[in-house]
Amino acid sequence: MTQTVKFYQTGTLTVGNRLLDSDKRTVQASRNRSNALTCGHRACQGCGEALGARYAIDAAMRAANRDLVCVNATGCLEVFTTPYPETSWQVAWLHSLFGNAAAVASGVAAAMRVKGKATRVIAQGGDGGTTDIGFGCLSGMFERNDDVLYICYDNEAYMNTGVQRSSATPPAARTATTPAVGAAPGNVFGTGKNLPRIAMAHGIPYVATATVADLHDLEAKVTRAMGLHGARYIHILVPCPLGWGAASHDTIRLSRLAVESGLFPLFEAEHGEVTATTPIRRRVPVAEYLKPQKRFAHLFRPDAPGAQEALDRLQAMADANIRRFNLLSAEEAVR
Amino acid sequence: MTEHPFAITLDAGTSLANRTGSWRTSKPVYADHLPPCNARCPAGENIQGWLYHAESGDYRAAWEVLMRDNPLPAIMGRACYHTCEDACNRGRLDQAVGIHAVERFLGDLAIREGWRVEPGPPTGKRVLVIGAGPSGLSAAYHLARMGHTVTIADAGPKPGGMMRFGIPRYRLPREVLDAEVERILAMGVELRLNTAIDDIPRAMAEGGYDACFAAIGAHLARRVDIPAVAAGRILDAVSVLRGMETGAEPPKLGRRVVVYGGGNTAIDVARTARRLGAEEALIVYRRTREMMPAHDFEVEEALEEGVLVRWLSTIRRMDEGSLVVERMELDDTGWPRPTGEVETIEGDTLILALGQDVDTTVIERVPGVEVNKDRTIRVGPDLQTGHPGLFCGGDMVPSERTVTVAVGHGKKAARHIDAYLRGAPQESAPKHAVAGYDRLNTWYYTDAPRTVQPVLDALRRQTTFDEVKGGLDETTALFEARRCLSCGNCFECDNCFGVCPDNAVVKLGPGNRFRIDYDFCKGCGLCAAECPCGAIDMVEEEI
Ligand SMILES: Cc1cc2nc3c(=O)[nH]c(=O)nc-3n(C[C@H](O)[C@H](O)[C@H](O)COP(=O)(O)OP(=O)(O)OC[C@H]3O[C@@H](n4cnc5c(N)ncnc54)[C@H](O)[C@@H]3O)c2cc1C
Ligand SMILES: Cc1ncc(C[n+]2csc(CCOP(=O)(O)OP(=O)(O)O)c2C)c(N)n1
Ligand code: SF4
Ligand code: SF4
Ligand SMILES: [Mg+2]
Repeated sequence: MTQTVKFYQTGTLTVGNRLLDSDKRTVQASRNRSNALTCGHRACQGCGEALGARYAIDAAMRAANRDLVCVNATGCLEVFTTPYPETSWQVAWLHSLFGNAAAVASGVAAAMRVKGKATRVIAQGGDGGTTDIGFGCLSGMFERNDDVLYICYDNEAYMNTGVQRSSATPPAARTATTPAVGAAPGNVFGTGKNLPRIAMAHGIPYVATATVADLHDLEAKVTRAMGLHGARYIHILVPCPLGWGAASHDTIRLSRLAVESGLFPLFEAEHGEVTATTPIRRRVPVAEYLKPQKRFAHLFRPDAPGAQEALDRLQAMADANIRRFNLLSAEEAVR
Repeated sequence: MTEHPFAITLDAGTSLANRTGSWRTSKPVYADHLPPCNARCPAGENIQGWLYHAESGDYRAAWEVLMRDNPLPAIMGRACYHTCEDACNRGRLDQAVGIHAVERFLGDLAIREGWRVEPGPPTGKRVLVIGAGPSGLSAAYHLARMGHTVTIADAGPKPGGMMRFGIPRYRLPREVLDAEVERILAMGVELRLNTAIDDIPRAMAEGGYDACFAAIGAHLARRVDIPAVAAGRILDAVSVLRGMETGAEPPKLGRRVVVYGGGNTAIDVARTARRLGAEEALIVYRRTREMMPAHDFEVEEALEEGVLVRWLSTIRRMDEGSLVVERMELDDTGWPRPTGEVETIEGDTLILALGQDVDTTVIERVPGVEVNKDRTIRVGPDLQTGHPGLFCGGDMVPSERTVTVAVGHGKKAARHIDAYLRGAPQESAPKHAVAGYDRLNTWYYTDAPRTVQPVLDALRRQTTFDEVKGGLDETTALFEARRCLSCGNCFECDNCFGVCPDNAVVKLGPGNRFRIDYDFCKGCGLCAAECPCGAIDMVEEEI
């Protein structure tokens, strides 16, 4: 009765694990990670964007042998890391404007090519900088298939300027510009954009979604993207404790619940076709994800108008994702 | 300091100059919480601690941590009722970790490899231990580790106490018992067999002993008066089981054996009767199966071997080849009461298994010693009797009567005897808070069903005294050890190091765990929330 020994104590779901071969541990488990985004930055306690950016750029640094340039759009990630004269970046880093990160990165990539350098280029920004103001530049970068990996850190609103709605804000969410008042409180249903699917529609070499809750998954996707050339896009869900009205220690739990509820499907696509999805491990109703967030508090007040309908519609969105990406197809993912 | 432009106070450069730790209102602190298994081990084993080493395949280190508390792992891995597993947090996830099975694996491996323990540097103090049962052996072992010179005196012909003369071979092979006793003796502990002590103060004075630990067990079988015709054979369980070990031949039992009682001893003697060739072994018990003091798994094993049980029945009379039993029923309070309905059943041997009392004659005579109403010996929290320097433990003092409790008493007594000999109060480390299930972030653990120990086939279980349960092999033991969640104690999964958005967790390298850099920790609490095993506390800052 021999059994194959697996790391059941934690499987490979944790960041490291002393029982695991070092090549199976994450970049983050290494004392030699580059800490591309280091201490002393001014992000809020428990900021998902700060975490997601370090996860992603450290993985990219490893993949690029640290020969990397990052172009940043305006937004929290830029503001909290580089208040003059400080910087938290331990990577070549460049900021121009709110809406032009993709275009600047295209330019940097072109310059590298001209100079005959193998330096890799990443552009990064928030959801506002990506799905709204920077969308034209981004779509152009995709369409030209410029050799840039664009990473969107999606915290579902314009956080840096005080939580205004973006086209990535989910329906029913309260923001400064979609207050929880009236018959249909919060953000309007049926609006917004799904940028990962729009990116896929450009037929670019690689598109993926990730969260800060699944580090192995996130690093694998960044590494895969860095292994390809041409226009690539990764969309990372990064909870914002301030804007979402959530406890600072819940950032990772909320990312996990977003995935487990089906609201945020994890997948990869190449040249417009979905190539892989990450199955849900322990499915939860959307309410479990929404409830700890004050931006959805009005959905849980018994007398609130339209609350149940809104919850049902959000659940229907999750169910649709589960169907579309076949998120329950695999048995529980024991990895 | 260079000249700065207006409103700029920092030199151009890294944000490391910005000590964001000042934002904090609460801080993460690494803590070792008490795993529930450890909290429930009567021998005080650091179970999580030794599993930690077993997980990495370092069985020697695992065994050494185990041996700090328990000198008899191969025995305990078999005989212990493992209350630890009832407490195991993993039981709420899928199934409890098979702690006893890994313990047994380590114990057996140590025997195979001949691993030894060294005695401590000699202190010149001499301690007399009376009784070579688990309690006496454990005390002797711990005292020897502390450097004291120990002599064990036992009235019996062989060491082990009830582990030899009670627990049957099919549950505890004697090679295992002998090997673990031998290892203690190899530490320089002297064992005098066939040496009944009848005057403790005199024995101490004559031998020049500075202290004494008595663990004489509870060996007097309780009896009830059952009217019987002369030919009716009425025996007691302890004598039958003892006869299995001492007699040249096993005791002669009849074809139809009736056992009266509902404890583990009743089960053991019935299973022994089956193995000795009894066509029928029937246990008669006054109450219901749920109320049986015997452990359910033992009842189950007995039933598998063809032992029959008659619940809610008492024995009224024994005749030639038959017995009269009366049906009982439970009253409103759940107490059994007679119904007057009697029935005759076949049976040529009746074995009473109604519990044992302490033979207090030797200890009663010692000045200052007090005997409780239930014939146990009164001891303080330090296991000392009213007679200074005389300590007692195991079955003879009030507590649960198990090998594990006895071993725990031996360790505890050794610590207090050591303190007594040094003239210093015994200091015990403060107990950590228990790491309950709520502390765990179970997301990070993958499902893994418990490893099943192989079981001997039914025929051999009814005809031989071969060990019923098999052990784990190297891979299954490793697998089982790795099912441990490491409740409340860091196992270096790197989660805290990874999840800190402020890069404020410092990884100190294998075996050295982590440190929080409070210059930069903002106190978001992510590390504590995402620690799988609950090894981090968030503590309010004084502001
Ligand atoms: C049939 C049976 C099955 C059991 N099964 C289990 C089990 O599976 N698991 C479990 O945990 N527990 C079990 N127990 C209980 C367990 O065996 C006892 O609780 C345990 O052995 C008590 O240890 P002890 O050291 O206090 O006494 P004992 O084991 O009884 O040892 C006392 C020793 O003292 C010696 N002695 C007595 N008087 C004197 C004297 N005057 N001078 C010198 N020596 C003396 C005796 O010879 C004996 O060797 C079982 C008990 C029985 C009867
Ligand atoms: C052209 C222009 N318009 C508006 C602003 C003000 N502004 C700075 S950051 C920001 C919001 C950024 O939101 P998002 O891109 O989602 O990033 P987040 O802060 O949420 O990470 C805005 C509106 C600006 N800097 N430039
Ligand atoms: S507002 Fe949100 S995104 Fe911005 S630093 Fe704070 S937590 Fe991070
Ligand atoms: S999981 Fe491990 S540490 Fe936790 S109670 Fe069970 S054996 Fe003990
Ligand atoms: Mg945003």
